[in-house]
Amino acid sequence: MKSFKNFLLKISESLKNTFSKKPKISLGENTKSSLYAILAGLIFGFILMLIFVPQDAFHGLWIIFTGAFQDGNESMGNVLLFAAPIIVTGLSVGFAFKTGLFNIGATGQLTVGSFVAIYIGVRWGFLPGHLHWIVAVLGAILAGAIWGFIPGLLKALFNVHEVVATIMLNYIAMYLVNWGVMSTVFDGLSKSKSVLESAIIPKMGLQWLFPDSSVTGGFFLAVIAVIIIYIVLEKTTFGYQLKAVGHNKEAARYAGINEKKAIISSMTIAGALSGLAGAIVYLTGSGAHLVVQNLLLSEGFDGIAVALLGLSHPIGVLLSGLFLGYIKNSGFYLQRLAFDTEVIKIIISTIIYFSALSMLFKKGFKNPFKKNKKTGGEK
Amino acid sequence: MGYVIEMLNITKDFPGILANDNVTLQVQKGEIHALLGENGAGKSTLMSILFGLYQPNSGTILVNGKEVEIKSPNDANDLHIGMVHQHFKLVHNFTVAENIVLGMEDTKNGFLKMDHAIQKIQALSDQFNFNLNPNDIISEISVGMQQRVEILKMLYRNAEIMIFDEPTAVLTPQEIEELIHIMKNLVKEGKSIVLITHKLKEIKAVADRCSVLRKGKYIGTVDVKTTNIEQMAEMMVGRKVLFDIPKSPIHLGKTVLSVRNLNMTNKDGKQVLKDVSFDVKAGEILCIAGIEGNGQTQLVEALSGLNPHYTGTIILHGNEISKASIRHRTTSGIGHIPEDRHKHGLVLDFTLAENMILQSYFDEEFQHHGFLKFENISSHTNDLIERFDVRSGKGEKTMARSMSGGNQQKAIVAREFDRNPDLMIAVQPTRGLDVGAIEYIHKQLISIRDQNKAVLLVSLELDEVMGISDRIIVMYEGELVASVHPDKVTENELGLYMSGSKRGEINEVV
Ligand SMILES: Nc1ncnc2c1ncn2[C@@H]1O[C@H](COP(=O)(O)OP(=O)(O)OP(=O)(O)O)[C@@H](O)[C@H]1O
Ligand SMILES: [Mg+2]
Repeated sequence: MKSFKNFLLKISESLKNTFSKKPKISLGENTKSSLYAILAGLIFGFILMLIFVPQDAFHGLWIIFTGAFQDGNESMGNVLLFAAPIIVTGLSVGFAFKTGLFNIGATGQLTVGSFVAIYIGVRWGFLPGHLHWIVAVLGAILAGAIWGFIPGLLKALFNVHEVVATIMLNYIAMYLVNWGVMSTVFDGLSKSKSVLESAIIPKMGLQWLFPDSSVTGGFFLAVIAVIIIYIVLEKTTFGYQLKAVGHNKEAARYAGINEKKAIISSMTIAGALSGLAGAIVYLTGSGAHLVVQNLLLSEGFDGIAVALLGLSHPIGVLLSGLFLGYIKNSGFYLQRLAFDTEVIKIIISTIIYFSALSMLFKKGFKNPFKKNKKTGGEK
Repeated sequence: MGYVIEMLNITKDFPGILANDNVTLQVQKGEIHALLGENGAGKSTLMSILFGLYQPNSGTILVNGKEVEIKSPNDANDLHIGMVHQHFKLVHNFTVAENIVLGMEDTKNGFLKMDHAIQKIQALSDQFNFNLNPNDIISEISVGMQQRVEILKMLYRNAEIMIFDEPTAVLTPQEIEELIHIMKNLVKEGKSIVLITHKLKEIKAVADRCSVLRKGKYIGTVDVKTTNIEQMAEMMVGRKVLFDIPKSPIHLGKTVLSVRNLNMTNKDGKQVLKDVSFDVKAGEILCIAGIEGNGQTQLVEALSGLNPHYTGTIILHGNEISKASIRHRTTSGIGHIPEDRHKHGLVLDFTLAENMILQSYFDEEFQHHGFLKFENISSHTNDLIERFDVRSGKGEKTMARSMSGGNQQKAIVAREFDRNPDLMIAVQPTRGLDVGAIEYIHKQLISIRDQNKAVLLVSLELDEVMGISDRIIVMYEGELVASVHPDKVTENELGLYMSGSKRGEINEVV
């Protein structure tokens, strides 16, 4: 257990190094390395297809490339539908990284956010129609914020490593929400009830562009989140402080910046974002339900990949989130070939995580299995 | 005698700057060749090229007369070139021996075969009087000893050409003497050495020849015996340099800082500050002298608030600030040039502009309702760059990390001076700076004093201590052991106080 913990700590340290150091190379170079990483992911996915279904591999690759155009406006809308929550969790992970924190708890924060959104969506029908979805979204944000605040507080006051705290909170969230769903909004079979019509995030005009898709205005919420986070990080003293702490805690202290406050605020905001992602996933009319199961929700982990590919930069996260949405949507159409759903899942996650991983290696990721070599005298 | 190393017409550019512009360096076998130049002149870059860390845009390198390509430090190793970097590259929780064999371990059936290595290391250490124990852990030996490990690492790899990048910047005067001795022994054994240092006295003491760079260009090579310090300084800066800066007579004003009975105990329960009491008055430069590790660092941490775990009182302008936050102290008139510029002084992954507002980003000048005012930040930065001659590739947009060591220091000095504090705490402000920059910083410190402000200077350099202070107090093992005036004490006597072999009067301190 101890060595596992150490292993996690080492991974998170290496990730932090990868994320928080402003790259020496220019932005163009970086975009290039993201693109190479994606290419590597695609090649690896293709190799898997060659192994599993050699006769359909080329066709499969074609579908992955053209997924968004398979069914006209529906598939295009679905790209946005899939991308929206991943963008926001990516933002959550990336934001925490800027303060030097590894928020592996995006999935837990998303889970509690989802539950609160669904709870309000199902049970608070008494709210006026146009307010209902807003309250549900705000509730999700608040729940996620609390779930981010706790590890932030633990880190600031008792120096509990955020990776350890957030992993624990992921499982607590999962069990708590399973119990919450069963005892409040259970459909009697396996999952939560559908939210009321009034709790679904309005389409905000997207119905004209993509009439056949169940995409909602959640995508706009994601874009707004991107803009806000961008402004906070790049234009405000608050963002300046958070980044100073992320890059160099000691220098931040020297400058009189309250490091503890920065850690707590950063984790709280990261949690709030993941909570919002929960609302975006489940306040749709597409039949998304919280299933009672002992599984962590994958959107939170996708966030890590997105943050990596997007170099933790809000705009980068937006773009890489769209890429992941695109790939996920394509995966849906792979079912038309002889592909098992499981195989599709493997291929899609391979593309995503292989891209993310090659990004890590590209940027000098230190092998966490190796003995931790501290170099002396660097500082 | 032939040249062991010839670097001919080397050119290397970084974004926005020509770090080496058609530079030539020729090193003879068995000589100590000094490389001299202002901060940012391109010395580290040139040596990094020789060691395979950077590839030049153009130019040729000859080793023992043969043209070579050095693509990586491994190539350099094969050519018997070794380097001790400005910042050591040791693994702190490994032993001396483990560090030395790292990367070229002998294994037998997958197990490390250390016995042989340890013997060889011991033999080398004995041969050169290094006094190293191969089984000591790196984190438990002094910086001077760590440096010897780096040197031994080169010897172990049979390096014939050794590069030392500012090896003395981190050493005590005693350790410097020993290093000089070691280098002399090395050349006696037939090794050739390239030595980068800003200390002209050291060049005088050990080097045979000296090549000078200025702003990336090769200026010339001189014979050290027949060239004096002033000439070398002029060659490198391009003008005459003042080593003794004239000071006007002292006008003491009110007490600015008053420290009483400061006590601090470290984690291991050792008392690192013992009843420290002193005053600093407006219009004086008070210097805290002492050998590294005698409590100076801790004293400054207490004064700046970086370490709040102490007892005693600190009074600034009559207001007690013993319990005040760091921010409160900086805004009520304390400037702080920290000892460790990478740890405290700069956020290396911020731009120069972002670093320039580190202590004032919250001022109305730089923010409004929490939004940064980029125009003001930028003009402020450019103003400081100009006034303090901070050189870098891309001006305000340069990443602090990519700046040369000396220019990083100048950036910090600019930031702290510009805040116009009543008390400037300057800890080793000239460490790693070239003589021109040292002259500049000394002038600045004196001008603060002349504006009737107080300066608390912590320095390990006797020259600096004797040169610019108005009063000296000596720290030994966490205690103040003497208070003297620079014109009434000899360097020798000061040395005795610093080593604890003599105690002086300290009643006038309080
Ligand atoms: N990796 C890099 N990227 C961009 N610019 C660099 C890099 N390394 C050095 N420079 C720039 O090249 C110039 C020469 O730097 P170098 O470190 O060689 O100077 P130096 O002579 O060793 O100075 P110092 O005495 O201050 O250590 C500097 O202007 C520096 O900003
Ligand atoms: Mg240098």
